[in-house]
Amino acid sequence: MAYALQQLINGLTLGAMYGLIAIGYTMVYGIIGMINFAHGDIFMVSAFIAVTCFTLLAAADVSSIPLALMFVLVVSMFFTSAYGWAVERVAYRPLRGSTRLAPLISAIGMSIFLQNTVQLTQGARVKPIPPVIEGGIELWQTPDFTVQIGWSQLLIIVTTVVLMVAFTWMITHTAFGRQQRSCEQDRTMAALLGVNVDRTISLTFMLGAALAAVAGVMVTVYYGVVDFFIGFLAGIKAFTAAVLGGIGSLPGAMLGGLLIGLIESFWAAYLWAEYKDVATFGILCLVLMLRPSGLLGRPEVEKV
Amino acid sequence: MNKTLLAAALAAVGLAAQPALAELPVAIAGPMSGQYASAGDQIRKGAEMAIADINARGGVLGEKLVLEVGDDACDPKQAVSVANTMVNKEIVFMHGHWCSSSTIPASDVYYEADIPMATVSTNPQVTERGLENIFRIMGRDDQQGMVAGTYLADHFKGKKIAVVDDKSAYGKGLADEIAKAMTARGIEPALRESITAGEKDYSGLVTKLKRDGVEVMAYGGYHTEVALILRQAQQAGLDLTVMGGDTMTNSELVTAAGPAADKVLFTFSPDPRKNASAAPVVEKFRAAKIEPEGYVLYAYAAMQLFEQAATAAGSTDYDALQKAMREGSFDTVIGNLSFDAKGDQKAPGFVVYQWQGGQYDYAR
Repeated sequence: MAYALQQLINGLTLGAMYGLIAIGYTMVYGIIGMINFAHGDIFMVSAFIAVTCFTLLAAADVSSIPLALMFVLVVSMFFTSAYGWAVERVAYRPLRGSTRLAPLISAIGMSIFLQNTVQLTQGARVKPIPPVIEGGIELWQTPDFTVQIGWSQLLIIVTTVVLMVAFTWMITHTAFGRQQRSCEQDRTMAALLGVNVDRTISLTFMLGAALAAVAGVMVTVYYGVVDFFIGFLAGIKAFTAAVLGGIGSLPGAMLGGLLIGLIESFWAAYLWAEYKDVATFGILCLVLMLRPSGLLGRPEVEKV
Repeated sequence: MNKTLLAAALAAVGLAAQPALAELPVAIAGPMSGQYASAGDQIRKGAEMAIADINARGGVLGEKLVLEVGDDACDPKQAVSVANTMVNKEIVFMHGHWCSSSTIPASDVYYEADIPMATVSTNPQVTERGLENIFRIMGRDDQQGMVAGTYLADHFKGKKIAVVDDKSAYGKGLADEIAKAMTARGIEPALRESITAGEKDYSGLVTKLKRDGVEVMAYGGYHTEVALILRQAQQAGLDLTVMGGDTMTNSELVTAAGPAADKVLFTFSPDPRKNASAAPVVEKFRAAKIEPEGYVLYAYAAMQLFEQAATAAGSTDYDALQKAMREGSFDTVIGNLSFDAKGDQKAPGFVVYQWQGGQYDYAR
């Protein structure tokens, strides 16, 4: 029981990070109907920005951890959303209105470009940072197992919950949220009604990138090492999460992320760890067979 | 006017080139980029220094050595294409590759092209396939696993020991041998697991180890994963000791794992830096601000092996060179090298090391 609880905590932490990245996929899909394959690499870039910031802070002798974390988060979110904006401006906007496949190919190109740029400028070696947050709370002590939640795990889960609440509120209650939803439904009509479609799309990319940046900072804090290749696997898993939850649906992306995190950790805990990716993708296939639009996705109704 | 100038310039170049030595291409190959690039870096530094030294002594058979560097990123497919490139460059000797999973496919290419190679790959299959161009200047995983397994059985009696690997040719081979050696000493592994290398989250494995009360983990695989596992174990409040193989010599382990690296034991050939005969070369490396750790001196020794074998054979032809390597005994910075019929080093010997405050030394 205690063991299961510990694996639950591990799974939630992992799932929260997948969920944060998955939102970027799902939002972009919702608004322009394309899969932004460069999103995983945007996440990787943000982790590198975080490592750079942490190194600078350590050199500057900043010892207050909350202050350092806030600083790294803000800087990383800022620069990463600039990346998100630039990627959309350079690789997708010129292709708007062309075939659906064109931006997809350009996204794959962007992904390779970002990966190789980081490899060339930062080197291929793993970049470690010393542990930032150590220790945790002992939740439950049984004779043979102690359930423990690390401060960094707690931080990840709490940050994700707070961000999700804020984000849902923004989409449902603010002017930008209304514009975003209107573009999602019908871009031409939204433009006719005075919504600046280009600006809304740019902002969507920047928001997705900012959330990926939060995930990037968390990964850096939690695992302590980053390399130029982390975007690939994280991107694939987060994309899977978005599809599982129903691509285009925000709560779906979060749910999908959590589910994948939990499936991974429980499969590894009770069955064979070497087959956990097989399990994840197997379950994805099952869900898509039974519910082709994902768990929370609305089936697309063809209007005549 | 211009034409005469050009002709004169060309003549001058021709004259200048005449007395220079002919060039003999030798090569190294390994992960110069990718996850394990730091090992490739060690090999390159060792080989560069060796070649500079050999050329300063007048080269091999009156010819100057030039170094070709191949980057296989520890990817078997890329290793084969590197091998083909090297064959096209008509190299006469190869030191590499580094990952067993690269060395094995690449060696077939070198064998076809009659190129002798000296490798540090430790998977038994490297020399078990009857290719007579391969010489292994390092021990084998089965010997390595024997030493590690026996050490664990003797030093951690009564503690629970898990055996974990990363599913790679090297990692699984080593972990299997460790488990075998432990069983031979009457100690059953408490847990036998495999993980996927290249991931970041190993909290599932760590929690499992914690549940089963495992205190020692024997690991077949590379240092990057060990660093992550150690960090995550520490976060989970698990005091874990790791026993690994020769890949743990990489100081990247210490930067990535922090103080937890002091809990890492590993098997490696006796430290060549401690050889009295290596002292002048070690001095030279340190003067050049290079710490001759890990594979640096092995790469140096591989080039010395080529130099001495070619001199003994009086030729760089494959048959003569291969025969000289198989029959000779060579005095290198990693000690005396001689090979058996398979191409394995006759007296390899592994010892157990431990990281301690950023340095490794023989374990007590």
